[in-house]
Amino acid sequence: MTLSIDPREAHPPARGGSATSNGAGTPGIAVRLDGVEKRYGDVVAVAGVDLEVRDGEFFSMLGPSGSGKTTTLRMIAGFELPTRGRVVLHGRDVTDVAPFDRDVNTVFQDYALFPHMTVGDNVGYGLMVRKVPVAERAGRVAEALRMVRLDGYERRRPSQLSGGQRQRVALARALVNRPRVLLLDEPLGALDLKLREEMQIELKAIQQQVGITFIYVTHDQEEALTMSDRLAVFNAGRIVQLGTPAEVYERPGTRFVAGFVGTSNLVTGDVARSIMGRDGTFTIRPEKIRLAEPDASVGADETAAAGTIRDVVYLGPDTRYIVELDAGARLVVTQQNLATTSTEALAQQGRAVRLVWKRQHELPLVEGESDTQEEDKG
Amino acid sequence: MRRLAAWLHRRPRTRLGLLLAGPIAWLVVIYLGSLAILFLNAFLSRDAFSGATVYQPTLDNFARLLEDPYPGITIRTLGMAAVVTLTCAVLALPIAFFMARVASPRLRNTMVVAVIVPLWASYLIKVYSWRLILAEEGILNEVLGAVGLRGPGFGDVAVWLVFTYLWLPYMILPVYAGLDRIPDSLLEASADLGGRSWMTFRRVVLPLVLPAVVAGSIFTFSLTLGDYIAPAQVSTTIFIGNAIYAQFGAGNLPLAAALSLVPLGIVVLYLLVARRLGAFEAL
Repeated sequence: MTLSIDPREAHPPARGGSATSNGAGTPGIAVRLDGVEKRYGDVVAVAGVDLEVRDGEFFSMLGPSGSGKTTTLRMIAGFELPTRGRVVLHGRDVTDVAPFDRDVNTVFQDYALFPHMTVGDNVGYGLMVRKVPVAERAGRVAEALRMVRLDGYERRRPSQLSGGQRQRVALARALVNRPRVLLLDEPLGALDLKLREEMQIELKAIQQQVGITFIYVTHDQEEALTMSDRLAVFNAGRIVQLGTPAEVYERPGTRFVAGFVGTSNLVTGDVARSIMGRDGTFTIRPEKIRLAEPDASVGADETAAAGTIRDVVYLGPDTRYIVELDAGARLVVTQQNLATTSTEALAQQGRAVRLVWKRQHELPLVEGESDTQEEDKG
Repeated sequence: MRRLAAWLHRRPRTRLGLLLAGPIAWLVVIYLGSLAILFLNAFLSRDAFSGATVYQPTLDNFARLLEDPYPGITIRTLGMAAVVTLTCAVLALPIAFFMARVASPRLRNTMVVAVIVPLWASYLIKVYSWRLILAEEGILNEVLGAVGLRGPGFGDVAVWLVFTYLWLPYMILPVYAGLDRIPDSLLEASADLGGRSWMTFRRVVLPLVLPAVVAGSIFTFSLTLGDYIAPAQVSTTIFIGNAIYAQFGAGNLPLAAALSLVPLGIVVLYLLVARRLGAFEAL
């Protein structure tokens, strides 16, 4: 949380002129949320979010569905009015400002391309609305389409494009307006895995190229880890952890974060005491654990636990072993199949082993938190 | 019974034939048959003295259509149908927009019922009700008279009012369905890109709902074109329907048939245009 990411590039001047860099705004803060809440009757969608997104950073909001991340994004865009709290864009309080007067643009989950317009008219919509002269409009539309590698697609219809192409048109339509903040609501959710991975790289490259602040909503922890400069993990309408991907992954603050971001092993109570000689709840990442012979020697900075392999899941590049400890817990261990064949890996089932890990990888978790939800996202 | 079912199962064509024999017979014999007779009748003529139909093909009736007063009647009817359709569209858009995008689900259902219920009432009752409203000593004049105004009375304005009232539900329902189909995210995207309400309506909502408006206009337009009862009740103006009725009453069936081909032809043209505008997908 202490790592600072500087704005990468100077921004194009803000539209409208009402957003100034002085006044109430802290320089370098693109979006600030002060105690933002959203309730629908008795249902609390966002229970109170404080957040500062820095200028030029790729910021992700990660969480399971219903955790309030999309609602938070929609309040930044202006589609939802907060029940309480303030939304500040570049120092300007926009809490009650309509979406069309905010200097942000959104890439929608379903892309929301206008089906009755060509690709060129879709991308040029924001410019047309703002009465940018036709000649300049065409140039900027072409430029935006080039950026998303769709040059020459102006005359196509959205219905003639593939999912990945539509996604890129949606991106171009938002970027062509040169917003200072771009909001992305699970933009890759509808794409297949391969395309999604390509688009992750492409999105990140575009963000670095244009230097616009990206706020990216996703439920895919891998996506958030690969793309973000910083990320906030949402659960039950609150931010439960905020930091760089490395911080969140390597030092999950709570049980929920440990479970949601990556697979995690939890060791608690008597088991923790007997193996580590410590009280508390600890998490150990599956890839940090080494499978060793039952009589293997253990270093001074390492912890070891005896157990039996109960289950073997062959995953291609890795194998996942489910090990039952003699002390009475189940741990997941992943090992790369560097020199192991699938037959060899699967033959391990039932073997007695010793699990060894560095003491620094036993991460203590905050106990007594309200969220008891545990999810295993492999 | 089981054996019959099994026998039919092996013969899909026979099954289809049994299923459609009745409706097809109805369509071909009664519906298309009467249309064909109507069409053929238009080429016959009537003996001026005896009044009997002369079975000798002629184009005289069509020539009559180009003589006074028929071109005027046709234009007047077309104008009335166009004005009624436009009025229905203008009234239906905000109502349907409220139903589809603003009202709570409960209020929406209530409104759908409220729009449909008048269609269950007798057409004649509704027209006669309008007679009572618009009559010289009617409710409208009584109410307006209190503030020193007068209602339109019987005449073309009355015809326009009654037609608009009668056909409005046929416009509201498809427009409501059309608006309901537009995803929220499109309206949000327009706002997000800087579009204010009017811009969003003109550039996004209207083009997307236009096929539904055209679909509704098929009803309002063709129903106005063919109606002769409402004009006869609240005006003395002659529309195509009244002209056909008059010729029919006078026993000149061939001329009545030729006259009735006019609205038929107009509706066919209208449907062709409507299809191009995508109205059939919106029905």
